[in-house]
Amino acid sequence: MQFPESWLRNLVNPALDTAQLAHVVTMAGLEVEALTPAAPPFSNVVVAEILSADKHPDADRLRVCQVDVGEASPITIVCGAPNAAAGLKVPCARPGAILPGIEIKVAKVRGVESFGMLCSTKELGLEGAADGLMVLPEDAPVGEDFRSWLNLDDTLITLKLTPNRADCLSMQGLAREVGAITGADVRLPQVRAVDTRIQDTVPVQVSASEACPLYLGRVVRGIDAQAPTPRWMAERLERSGIRPLLAPIDVTNYVLLELGQPMHAFALSRLNGGIEVRMARAGEQLELLNGQTAELAPDMLVIADASGPVALAGIMGGLPTSVERATVDVFLEAAFFTPTAIAGRARRLGLSTDSSHRFERGVDFGATRRALERATELLIDICGGQAGPITEAVATLPQRQPITLRLARLKRVAGIEMETDQVTRGLAALGAHVERQDDRLIVTPPSFRFDLTIEEDLIEEAVRLFGYDNIPAQPPAAPSRMLPQDETVLADDTLRQMLVDLDYQEVITYSFVDPAWETALDTDARPLPLANPIASQLSAMRTTLWGGLIETLRHNLNRQQERVRIFELGRVYTSQAKQPMKLGGLAYGDVLPEQWGASSRRVDFFDLKGDLERFFGHSLDTRRGTHSALHPGQSAEIWVDGQAVGWIGALHPRLVQAFDLPAVPMLFELDSQMLSQRDLPRHASLSRFPLVRRDLAFALDVHTPAGELLTALREVAPGSVQSIEVFDDYRGKGVAENQKSLAIRVVMQDTERTLTDQDVEDAVQKLVSAALRQCNAALRA
Amino acid sequence: MSFVDEFEIFQITAMRNPNEIVADALNAIHASPDLPNLEQVKAAYLGKSGQLTELLKSLGAMPADERKTAGARINEAKQAVEAALKDRREALQQAELERQLAAETLDVTLPGRGLARGGLHPVSRTLARIQALFRSIGFEVATGPEIETDFYNFTALNIPEDHPARAMHDTFYLQSGELLRTHTSPVQVRYMQTHQPPLRIIAPGRVYRCDSDVTHTPMFHQVEGLWVDESVSFADLKGVLADFMRNFFERDDLPVRFRPSFFPFTEPSAEMDIGCVMCGGEGCRVCSHTGWLEVLGCGMVHPNVFKHVDIDTERFVGFAFGLGVERLAMLRYGVDDLRLFFENDLRFLKQFN
Repeated sequence: MQFPESWLRNLVNPALDTAQLAHVVTMAGLEVEALTPAAPPFSNVVVAEILSADKHPDADRLRVCQVDVGEASPITIVCGAPNAAAGLKVPCARPGAILPGIEIKVAKVRGVESFGMLCSTKELGLEGAADGLMVLPEDAPVGEDFRSWLNLDDTLITLKLTPNRADCLSMQGLAREVGAITGADVRLPQVRAVDTRIQDTVPVQVSASEACPLYLGRVVRGIDAQAPTPRWMAERLERSGIRPLLAPIDVTNYVLLELGQPMHAFALSRLNGGIEVRMARAGEQLELLNGQTAELAPDMLVIADASGPVALAGIMGGLPTSVERATVDVFLEAAFFTPTAIAGRARRLGLSTDSSHRFERGVDFGATRRALERATELLIDICGGQAGPITEAVATLPQRQPITLRLARLKRVAGIEMETDQVTRGLAALGAHVERQDDRLIVTPPSFRFDLTIEEDLIEEAVRLFGYDNIPAQPPAAPSRMLPQDETVLADDTLRQMLVDLDYQEVITYSFVDPAWETALDTDARPLPLANPIASQLSAMRTTLWGGLIETLRHNLNRQQERVRIFELGRVYTSQAKQPMKLGGLAYGDVLPEQWGASSRRVDFFDLKGDLERFFGHSLDTRRGTHSALHPGQSAEIWVDGQAVGWIGALHPRLVQAFDLPAVPMLFELDSQMLSQRDLPRHASLSRFPLVRRDLAFALDVHTPAGELLTALREVAPGSVQSIEVFDDYRGKGVAENQKSLAIRVVMQDTERTLTDQDVEDAVQKLVSAALRQCNAALRA
Repeated sequence: MSFVDEFEIFQITAMRNPNEIVADALNAIHASPDLPNLEQVKAAYLGKSGQLTELLKSLGAMPADERKTAGARINEAKQAVEAALKDRREALQQAELERQLAAETLDVTLPGRGLARGGLHPVSRTLARIQALFRSIGFEVATGPEIETDFYNFTALNIPEDHPARAMHDTFYLQSGELLRTHTSPVQVRYMQTHQPPLRIIAPGRVYRCDSDVTHTPMFHQVEGLWVDESVSFADLKGVLADFMRNFFERDDLPVRFRPSFFPFTEPSAEMDIGCVMCGGEGCRVCSHTGWLEVLGCGMVHPNVFKHVDIDTERFVGFAFGLGVERLAMLRYGVDDLRLFFENDLRFLKQFN
């Protein structure tokens, strides 16, 4: 909300300068967003009249003017403006004047001495561009200081009001609030009832009385709609951000700003029969003042005549019945519409008006008649005409119930004791009726406060008037209890740190992605679409982290980053019920950063797998599987404790091409909840007996995975076997075609005794026969 | 004279003066170029048939009265040679070690070998810092879903349908009718449904608003805080948050102020400002020349919120707050463009490693 400071000071004038006033108002919850001077600083400019304008003897485009500046004799000014002409009233900068960017001095212009400058709006800094002198109205007082005549030493105040403070959406409400905050006297506008001169009325019937508990209307006949809006009114409207249009409309807008009551003026001749306030009927339409045709819904309140809707109640009037220059008779409306009957409708129609903004938040139902009288008075003052009697349709208005404020509760919530008299005075200054009963106050809020219904609302008001700054900031006292620390669960921060230590950079990418990417990465994916995305490439919820990681890779490749190792810890989304946290990673480019002491090699599947093994702290249970995003021969599913927890692999060549990548990125994605589970360490006694190592080489089919052989061996290994690991994979000379040789190291040790040759032989025999049986793997000689 | 020549001479000479032998031996020892050679010299004089050994053997043939003095002289000679051998051996060993060290000397100014180290995203880093500060006074960390229902995001937080406050939240909706949470406040409600007071939590996470321009990204991070107990007041709220800001920015003298504001789920509500950390309150572009920066919203939990989760409003009071993580990260690390956080340019991210 924007308004001129001068208007507010006219109603309440605390002994504070502009900056102090802004601070006090801000600290009371009406945040001052901006203070803007009404005009840039300039001095020594007066209202002047051009008496004569003759061609300059030595310049075609210049004129030598005799100018009356309110002194005994006219002065000479050379002027280049095309519109300089005798009889015009214009602003004149006298010698010594300082304008934005220029200082005015007596000077010779092509041989003629000039005693000042006639000004355009641009030269005064009032507008960005101008095509000639600023022409002032005929009644402008010659010789008067231009700034004070136009009240330019004013400040425009912009407030950022919270939605609960509808009562401050008017000058009257602001004045009342500033009075309560500062203690300054408030002079509200005096309104007198206009004498009724005619008996004309328009019958009003309210069919939707819950949505419209109060409707007032009156006929005014014989107005001159083209009468000029007085300068003081136009100035206040303009400085409040409303463009003056036509006097009757300006009057309703002025009352809206002054008293907070949205009003509407209909052209009486365009109304067909009586007024009915009712809900819209399905299929009804209305051409609005802004030219838009609204499709009305049955939950929208309308003002209708015999032909149909003529205004969208509380939001905007209709174009066919609007006041025009030729309008002579009007029907003025002032009503109270229930906030819930208006809220949300304007937004649904893509509208936001000064009227709907106020009605949605609550308009004072106790001041409707006063507003109508005020508007009538101003209209007749400006446009003439004669007023008819007020027609009133009233149903059940909201009631303001008394609220109990317990002083002990106030102290408990605020954390400090306030003087009861001070609280009482403050609430009364806000317009509430306050009664003290022992340890409590009984408070009845005024009709204009829609936000005061429970005790907490009053506590807030009391604390606000007391001043948030006056409440001490105290460290709270609470029993000291330690926070639980589950040692078997790794915190997200720990997971992140582990990957950071493995040379991965964390990234954070958007949760919404291009749905085409999702289905390219996972042909089974059904990404949840957004109803109102901001862009098509951000229009569906991700089902994998890989899309964002690949996008990040591309972004960085375009910025000449050749080695990219990134990870993200975040949710993927398959439904409201399923939004699991995943840990995804991508490695691309050289396995090591470029360095003098190691040869360069591109990262491959086993580099990534090694990273994950270091991450887990043990070897991984990986099983071959197919994922549509991954190379079928270089991908595996990762299992932990009998559960599939994610995937690792090289991006499928089809996608490498589709994403236009110069080389293949390696990817992994894991269910983070499964990762964070760790066993609590449990000590086992150490063996004092010697270790025995046996190396066994098996020949087996090249397609049999090493993991299968290891599983077969581990299953039958006796308790003394400590570990079974692969230490070589050989194919070629000495091994049959379609066969490979896997060298396995078996380490044995018993905790009770030294193993005998026979023990070792028995164990090896068991392993060898299991290898043959399960994997058709023969022990090589 | 080479050692071999000397040896041959010895074969001919039957009995020489020990002093002469010592002199020869010392010469040979000093001339010895390396350890294997030195061992040969040792054998030539002190070995089984070395010159001094032979000399010693010849004592038996001597008259008894000469034998004692001659024996003593030979022993002296032996000792002198042994001492010389020891010195020479040590000198040669030292020289050998020095040669080895010289040969093995590296250019230690070359960089080390191996992997580099990654780093945390600045938002994670900031979140970790916020969490550490609140944990230090007993706040636990809670989380909740990002796809939310209308009930948890709005209704349970006292924001009914069509309330003007909903217009303050530009909400993303899914086609299924659910929404992306516009704030982390729903976690409050979910937590209070399953936990009894006293409780003290913070809830960090992603939130979404349908807004994208120079100062808005459609996704950002918030941390929600909630403290519910039998005696928690507005003064406590001010105390905790002032303490937090001063510790977060490591500025004991950081000015803070609380302004009345409006949030449907708190009452009284406040906006918290801190003195501009960029200009020290002088006024600059970042603080719009006001000297103050709005950093969070907070207030006392509204009784309607407690009613939705069946907490007795007569027995318990509480405060809640919500802060923007990117905003704090920008102020703390001097980042001037919000969008940088989600472009994930490695050159930007590595500045925080």
